[in-house]
Amino acid sequence: MIKIENLKASIDDKDILKGINLEIPAGEVHVIMGRNGSGKSTLANVIAGNETYEVDGGNITMETTDITEMSIENRALEGIFLCFQYPVAIPGVSMAYFLRSALNAHRKYQGKEEMDALEFLNKAKAILSELGLDDSFLKRSINDGFSGGEKKKSEILQLLTINPKLAVLDETDSGLDVDALRTVAKGVNKFKNENNSVLIITHYQRLLDYIKPDVVHLMIDGKIVKTGDMSLVEKVEKDGYSWLEK
Amino acid sequence: MVDKNQQVIDKTLEQEYKYGFSTNIEETKFEPGLNEDVIKKLSKIKKEPQWLLDWRLKAFRNWEKMSEPTWANIKYEPIDYQALSYYAAPKQLKNDSLDDVDPEIIETYNKLGISLNEQKRLQGVAVDAVFDSVSIATTFKKELSKHGIIFCSFSEAVQDHPELVKKYLGSVIPATDNYFAALNSAVFSDGSFVYIPKGVKCPMELSTYFRINATNTGQFERTLIVADEGSYVSYLEGCTAPMRDENQLHAACVELVAHKDSTIKYSTIQNWYAGDKEGKGGIYNFVTKRGTCLGDNSKISWTQVETGSAVTWKYPSVIMQGDNSVGEFYSVAVTKNKQQADTGTKMIHIGKNTKSTIITKGISAGEGQNTYRGGVKILKNAENAQNFSQCDSILIGDKCGAHTFPYIDVNNPTAKMEHEATTSSIGEDQLFYCNQRGIKLDDAVSMIVNGFCKEVFEELPMEFAVEAKQLIEVTLENSVG
Repeated sequence: MIKIENLKASIDDKDILKGINLEIPAGEVHVIMGRNGSGKSTLANVIAGNETYEVDGGNITMETTDITEMSIENRALEGIFLCFQYPVAIPGVSMAYFLRSALNAHRKYQGKEEMDALEFLNKAKAILSELGLDDSFLKRSINDGFSGGEKKKSEILQLLTINPKLAVLDETDSGLDVDALRTVAKGVNKFKNENNSVLIITHYQRLLDYIKPDVVHLMIDGKIVKTGDMSLVEKVEKDGYSWLEK
Repeated sequence: MVDKNQQVIDKTLEQEYKYGFSTNIEETKFEPGLNEDVIKKLSKIKKEPQWLLDWRLKAFRNWEKMSEPTWANIKYEPIDYQALSYYAAPKQLKNDSLDDVDPEIIETYNKLGISLNEQKRLQGVAVDAVFDSVSIATTFKKELSKHGIIFCSFSEAVQDHPELVKKYLGSVIPATDNYFAALNSAVFSDGSFVYIPKGVKCPMELSTYFRINATNTGQFERTLIVADEGSYVSYLEGCTAPMRDENQLHAACVELVAHKDSTIKYSTIQNWYAGDKEGKGGIYNFVTKRGTCLGDNSKISWTQVETGSAVTWKYPSVIMQGDNSVGEFYSVAVTKNKQQADTGTKMIHIGKNTKSTIITKGISAGEGQNTYRGGVKILKNAENAQNFSQCDSILIGDKCGAHTFPYIDVNNPTAKMEHEATTSSIGEDQLFYCNQRGIKLDDAVSMIVNGFCKEVFEELPMEFAVEAKQLIEVTLENSVG
């Protein structure tokens, strides 16, 4: 699905990503774990095309398309979806209006007919009820006055509505109570199938109690230093990261 | 990202003003210059009664002694008042039938999207069209007169309803109120007059469409709206002007009088020519607007969407004299390129249990400067007065400015005051968020700005809310680099 080769990126001349290699085939869930400042969130942002970061080398390929130079919105339309760590509020713009605009931008790009308001409402309501969320969610301004849990649920609602090829979850589990964590996990499990991929970026094991990853990567100082299975997660929980630095 | 934002701004600045054409038409126009003879000549053309001429001359003599205000946060070249012409009117004058109006003028309004043909008009909106110094046509007059409603040009009102004009003219904005109001009182040429009789709810929106066409001419219109006891009216004004290299002066006065239990809702969509990228040309919009809630339980609500003019100086205000009366001010002001706006409101609480609300949204792009200036005054006898003020500003780019000057003067300890103010940039993070969901940059900008203005747009009559939204979109469109 996505292939990242020797990716290097910096911010204000400070090197953050120092040659990332990562390939996630369709149908797989990958996890990247690492300490604060190891470059995990930078990787998520660079995949999404955030221009705050300078890409200094390497390639990102989505299926067969090289997206390294592509604009943010075109990558999104190519199928990359970022679940934000801190989703920003946009006062006065309703969730329904925003999400329908986003969905129709994708549909247009895929050569499909745009969805009218009623059709969209039915689709969104069905997803809301599966997530156990109230319809009134759609009338609220995006992330405006949302609790931490509501913001993450809103990201999951958007993920399921847009239904991209690759979901990148940037510390979606941080600061969530157990109920919200379950809702997020439920959404991600509903999303994943053999035709799409998930990349989870996290500090903790707890989300992985609900979503089973196929591959686990450990990141230190801008590089992936170890790749393996669930047992790596257990080792990190127990021993931390210092053993990797020796 | 920063580079891309710069492109957004640059594209915004390139946006053309689509109402910038001019109409080639024969006009009667005064020679430039202002003195008592000019005022006498103007009054004579309008066949005005002596008392009105005296009122004008008194205002003029006062104006001569006054000096132009300098306290506003605006900069402009000094205006040479002797270089302006104070009257311009199409040669073919107004008649009862549209057939007699110069087709060029009808075509002008058609191009502006204003059909003067009643059948083609939006249902439920009556229009008074003011072209330079005179009113060209007023639609739906007959329909309105069935309800006893008077909706006509100011000049007609002087002829047909002198008692009403004499009673109310200057009752809210005295002829000597301020420099520009005094000038307007001396030389105003036309405008709209509205009277809603007791207990009548005006069945349609009333609107005036102002168009400046002639060069080197000031437009000084005067609007007077009186809502008698228990009546209701919603009124809208729209404004455009051709693109011209020199600055043009627009100094209007709007007076509203709300009697007991009545409501006046006054909305403005101001889109005068704003000048070019370098700040050349554009309208100086120096306007005095004020309403008095004369009777108990009356209400005056101002809503304005200001996107045009090179310089705007304007503070629609409400004097809440009656007990339980309500004053409201909702404003969206956009400045881009080198536009400057110093705008806000004054809410004067005199009666008991009076309540005012101020919600303003300032949007600055390019090198635009946007100032909110608002005063809330609670007088000694205004028991339990309440005010809520919320002034938000948004900045697009790093060369523009937003300024807030609130003045609060409370003379009664029972008053409740709330004031909130925010300034933010259109966040890179907001744009990134929208882009990441597949929404293009220009759509994202207009979505964010429209969301920001939502509380104000909700106050506009339906048809105009759509127009205002589109106006903002057009103003900020083409923003993808």
